[in-house]
Amino acid sequence: MTAAPLTILIDGLTYASWLFIVALGLTLVFGVLKILNIAHGSFYALGAYAAASFVGWAASMKWAPELSLVAMLLAAVAVAVVVAPLTERGLLRFFYGRDEVLLVLVTYALFLIMEDVTKLLWGANPYYVSEPYGMFGSVDVGRQTYVGYEFALVGLAVVVGLAVWWGLNRTRMGKVVLAVIHSAEVAASMGVNVSRVYMLAFSVGIFLAALGGAFTAPMISVQPGVSVGVVIVSFAVVIIGGLGSIEGAAVGALIVGLARSLAVHVMPVAELFSIYVVMAVVLMFRPEGLFQRVQARKI
Amino acid sequence: MTTTHADRSGAVSAMDALGWRGLATAATMGLTLALPAAAQAQETFKIGIVSFLSGQAAESFGIPAVNGAKVLVDAFNKGAAPAPYNKVGFGGMKIEAVYLDEAGGATKQVQELRNLYDREKVDAVLGYVSSGDCLAVAPVAEELKKFLILYDCGTPRVFEDGKYNYVFRTAAHATMDNVALVRYLKAKNIKVDNYNMINQDYAWGQDSKKDFSLSMDKLFPAAKAGQDQLPKFGAGQYGTEISALMSQPASVTHSSLWGGDLQAFILQAGPRGLFKRTQVMLSAGDHVLPGLGDKMPDGTILGARGAYGLMSPKSALNDWWWDLYSKAYNVYPVQAPYRMVQAMLGLKLAVEKAAAANGGKKPSHEQLAAALKGMEWDSPAGKIRMALADGHQAIQDTAIGRTRYDAAKKMVMIDDILRFPAECVNPPAGTSSEAWIKAGFPGAKGCP
Repeated sequence: MTAAPLTILIDGLTYASWLFIVALGLTLVFGVLKILNIAHGSFYALGAYAAASFVGWAASMKWAPELSLVAMLLAAVAVAVVVAPLTERGLLRFFYGRDEVLLVLVTYALFLIMEDVTKLLWGANPYYVSEPYGMFGSVDVGRQTYVGYEFALVGLAVVVGLAVWWGLNRTRMGKVVLAVIHSAEVAASMGVNVSRVYMLAFSVGIFLAALGGAFTAPMISVQPGVSVGVVIVSFAVVIIGGLGSIEGAAVGALIVGLARSLAVHVMPVAELFSIYVVMAVVLMFRPEGLFQRVQARKI
Repeated sequence: MTTTHADRSGAVSAMDALGWRGLATAATMGLTLALPAAAQAQETFKIGIVSFLSGQAAESFGIPAVNGAKVLVDAFNKGAAPAPYNKVGFGGMKIEAVYLDEAGGATKQVQELRNLYDREKVDAVLGYVSSGDCLAVAPVAEELKKFLILYDCGTPRVFEDGKYNYVFRTAAHATMDNVALVRYLKAKNIKVDNYNMINQDYAWGQDSKKDFSLSMDKLFPAAKAGQDQLPKFGAGQYGTEISALMSQPASVTHSSLWGGDLQAFILQAGPRGLFKRTQVMLSAGDHVLPGLGDKMPDGTILGARGAYGLMSPKSALNDWWWDLYSKAYNVYPVQAPYRMVQAMLGLKLAVEKAAAANGGKKPSHEQLAAALKGMEWDSPAGKIRMALADGHQAIQDTAIGRTRYDAAKKMVMIDDILRFPAECVNPPAGTSSEAWIKAGFPGAKGCP
């Protein structure tokens, strides 16, 4: 028996919203800093761990259960404020202007280091923060029962997407960032503090990864290894949408979410294949991704 | 002991007869004769222990197993284990353990295994949780003619597709887990019209679902197979798979998910009501119980891949092991440390048997292999018998039960436990799992 189209749509949408929040950070970092950040999943994991600690702390301080959502948000902010500048200023800036492959290797090393750092800080035992998951009740749709939290995540993804779009296109700082994306050299010659923009963009990107992790924490057991799976699918999303494109991340996440949902319901054995076949088809016709503008080569 | 007058006079007579020079000579001879034993007491037996210390399998399997190994090595070196495991170290040799991370994939493990033998000069390697890693490292150990114990991985294919002289697996393979689940349904008269499955898309998940569905074909021929979900290892998000399972109602839903994947599946499927709509059966689910607590749905049928943890049998050896582990780590041992202890106990007896046959000297890899082949020993989970694959693959008893959260004890208990003798749920020697199940379990004995 095949699921109703509405079920396939809802499942695709909820998966896409989770993916979008994480992929948006990945694409933003690439767009501004031109870094394919392999360690992005590690910041996602860090967000999940921080959320577990913050929610636990909030409970010990007798905060109202509803405020655990605020604690999760604060956890993502803490990761962005503390870890992101440390990483960008303390490590990545020394490799700017070097071969992009070298930067990929640097972030891969960072991924390996952070895997152990999280284990040193939180140990190997799992953390559970499942209370917020039941906070929004459940919703019956046909034969299915959905947890309201999943719909709340869709709302969060929409808010995050709109906020980033507004920030980039409707604020002065956003226009400066866009100028750096277009050409860091020209922006610097016009008096833009490019280093500051890099740090800001990296921090926002890491905040989004941590936010994804923090709000996923109630649905999983937070433990070593959570960083791996998400980053691989996020790469597929940004490649489909076009590296550095926000609209691309949104459409890419939707395409991946719906393709995967259709495969799981109709042909489960093709679940992973469905994601990569979509990616291959897009790359055949649009090698630069759906929303990446063709760029003139600088001589 | 009291010394009699006659004894004393005898001693004086000997001294008189030999004189001081004679006594000195005798003492020197005695010292020379005692040298091998003294040297052995100084000698160490080096074991390479490989398990997941990082990544997704670390929390559920790798680290609990390594924790188990650490307390055992300590207890063995102090001679603190109960008889017949009470000799210090391995037959007087102090045990030195080298711990290695299994993360990184099969290619890396092959290289690391070579390093353990060639550079670290280990006397034995004991390791591997991942079925993929076991399939990769077994031929390498065989090629190098080095002794290897696979202590955890589940795929039956290791010894069904290959023949080894130096490789052993001291735990039963996954066929036992899935045959026992189906036999539990039968023994408990649970009505099954149809069944769904959700298993990870790699060797372990694929083999588990095959054994389960083949067993269902034999014991519940009228039951129809429904969903066959195969999420990737480490998927984390199961919303879509849960919808698919709920779209096709089934009497029973089988899963061999484990670790973080299983925890995430339970956390997401529980609130959506999947466990209330279908009888969920988990072939390897015991290890998530201490962590999940009241989030574990009541009435879930589960196995532990052996009579482990809350389903372990009462014995003095099990009591000792339970206390040793629980006191060290403040949590009771689940399946991974149990499989580690049975491997370590088997290795200890094999080393001591081989050393005895070798004049008290440290045995070679060939001598170790000869000693462990076909061996039997007592473990906290019951008798382990190297009965399959020409004495290289273990069989053991297992147990299946149902979960119930005990609010007073604040822990998940397992009720309604049914025990299955090894011969009931493991294929006999010389028969592959698939052929045995397809033939209707010929030779199965003692089934409840």
